[in-house]
Amino acid sequence: MITSVTDDPQTTTATPHDEAPAAAQAAVDPADGRAARFIDVRGLEKTFSGDGAPVYALRGVDVTVSEGSFLGVMGQSGSGKSTFLSILGGLSHPDAGSISVDGIDLYKLPGERLADFRREYLGFVFQSFNLVPYLTALENVTLPLAVKKMPSAEKRRRALEVLDHLGLADRAGHLPGKLSGGEQERVAIARALVNEPPLILADEPTGALDSETTVEIMDVFAGLHREGITIVMVTHNPEIQRYFDRTIVLRDGRLDCELPACDVGTPL
Amino acid sequence: MRLRTIAVNNLRRRKARAAFLVAGLLIGVGTVVALISLTQSMTGQTQANLQSFGANIVVKPRTRDVSLSYGGISAGGVAVGAQSLSEADLARIDAIPSRAGIAVVSPELVGAVLVKGRRALLMGVRPAAEFKLKRWWSVDAGRPPASGHELVAGAAAARTLRLLMGDYVRIGGRRFTVTGILRETGSQDDGLLITDLRAAQKVLHQEGMVTLVQIAALYADAPVDQIVKELSAALPGAEVTAMQEAVKGRMHAVDQFKGFSYAIVGVVIAIEALVVFITMMGAVNERTHEIGVFRAIGYRRVHITRLILIEALIASLIAGVLGYLAGMGVTYAVLPLVARSAAVAWAPLLGLGAVALAVAIGAFASLYPALHAGRMDPTEALRAL
Repeated sequence: MITSVTDDPQTTTATPHDEAPAAAQAAVDPADGRAARFIDVRGLEKTFSGDGAPVYALRGVDVTVSEGSFLGVMGQSGSGKSTFLSILGGLSHPDAGSISVDGIDLYKLPGERLADFRREYLGFVFQSFNLVPYLTALENVTLPLAVKKMPSAEKRRRALEVLDHLGLADRAGHLPGKLSGGEQERVAIARALVNEPPLILADEPTGALDSETTVEIMDVFAGLHREGITIVMVTHNPEIQRYFDRTIVLRDGRLDCELPACDVGTPL
Repeated sequence: MRLRTIAVNNLRRRKARAAFLVAGLLIGVGTVVALISLTQSMTGQTQANLQSFGANIVVKPRTRDVSLSYGGISAGGVAVGAQSLSEADLARIDAIPSRAGIAVVSPELVGAVLVKGRRALLMGVRPAAEFKLKRWWSVDAGRPPASGHELVAGAAAARTLRLLMGDYVRIGGRRFTVTGILRETGSQDDGLLITDLRAAQKVLHQEGMVTLVQIAALYADAPVDQIVKELSAALPGAEVTAMQEAVKGRMHAVDQFKGFSYAIVGVVIAIEALVVFITMMGAVNERTHEIGVFRAIGYRRVHITRLILIEALIASLIAGVLGYLAGMGVTYAVLPLVARSAAVAWAPLLGLGAVALAVAIGAFASLYPALHAGRMDPTEALRAL
């Protein structure tokens, strides 16, 4: 079973948890190492205890993602994809293991610094858009800036710039309810981009879209990838796999394989 | 865009919930304002009424009655050591420290005179002060005496002496014109002939003297006890009597009314706080998903708490202003029904108080929902992740 995956095909092998970090750090220059291990996930474990037996959502997942790559995370429902993404996004604490992004050990950040990290380092794109219904497209995009000390005019300028970049300048004053699914998704992407984060986490961003709009939205993500933004995207949709640099597959909370190394018959 | 922009937009675009929140506070603040302004207006009227009831302090010469009896059979009594009051004593009354607490000082000189061959009681007064003190005195188709040659006759005296308005009468060699007849009062005032104090002093040959002084103290401005104390010290030869029971009884009634109103105000405030609390908790729970989004995009707990509080404060401010206006409107509508002659007391402080009360209740009742919102687990809140 594969328990550790890195960008380097040479190291995409079975590696014991405790040996991987030391070996990786010894092999690379610190600056290059940080770029190569932009995201470094080690021994990630998460268990949910409900009314019945405990549910093991993640069981010792190791992943390394280099800066600027586009990682797809696939797997069946209940395989732990969304839990993986929420822990990677600093929304949910793991029971064991560590995550560092750009050298920052997320779950060692004190107090509300994790919220600051999300604001400055991450852009979230959700499956159901999650736009605030009583705010216009422009206001939704400006949301992450609302708590930043910055002139209002500058906030507006930046939000308009991102909207324009995504072809939505003429829809800035519309409420989400007046926008199409594709437009809403693009507003959600604009909101994720407005803080100019180095990392975007997307959870089934095309799950609610038709195939034509899916292509349109994936082209937007591909463009962002070309601009050097690191993207981690959870999806069920095998048709968008072609946009990813790499695709990892989770099964029962474990890293099952990395495409295309997986068997063709691997069920997702 | 700032947090308050989000708060304002939420209130603007979720009109029904915002209206419910504002209405809940508005009704409460309006009720409180109406109760307080009604109480103030009615208290003011009660104070005025108490003052119009007449004197509550009487100053008269100190006398000592000696009872004469033998074998259980009373032979009447005699007043000994009687002193008289003079106009100089009026100056001493004016000089007491609590003079500001006195509304009216009215000296009276009473003596028996012969009019048209009949004995009658002549009372000299300072008409302006006396008629202010005895507001129930009403002169039908006439006016109070304006000079030392005019008088007003009590209803019974006018009948007995067959006096009509405009008649001339001669009393003690001085000619008086009857300028009015007092409407029947049912008291001993009906038997009086009332003229100017100086004229009465001349007719009765008691220049500079007064029989007694009636004083109306302002209940609201100074304690009557204190005024009596100071008057007794200033006039050692006089007996100063306060109608304490009447004063205390009337003020007790006013205080009871105030207490009742404040108790209702307390209950209304408690209900209002509960309404705001339930509304805000409902709003927070309804916005769980949205709060999850805010947390996911990097809002700190304190940002979420502040956002909810800003919304509550904006709604409270609006409710405070509207509640004050509504409360005053209710006062205008209700006051004539409960106190016909009372005037609405517009108090700017009450307006500020209403807004401050609304904001305080809004902030207090929203504090827990706001903290609860800030404590929400972003993953639980989002569910999608």
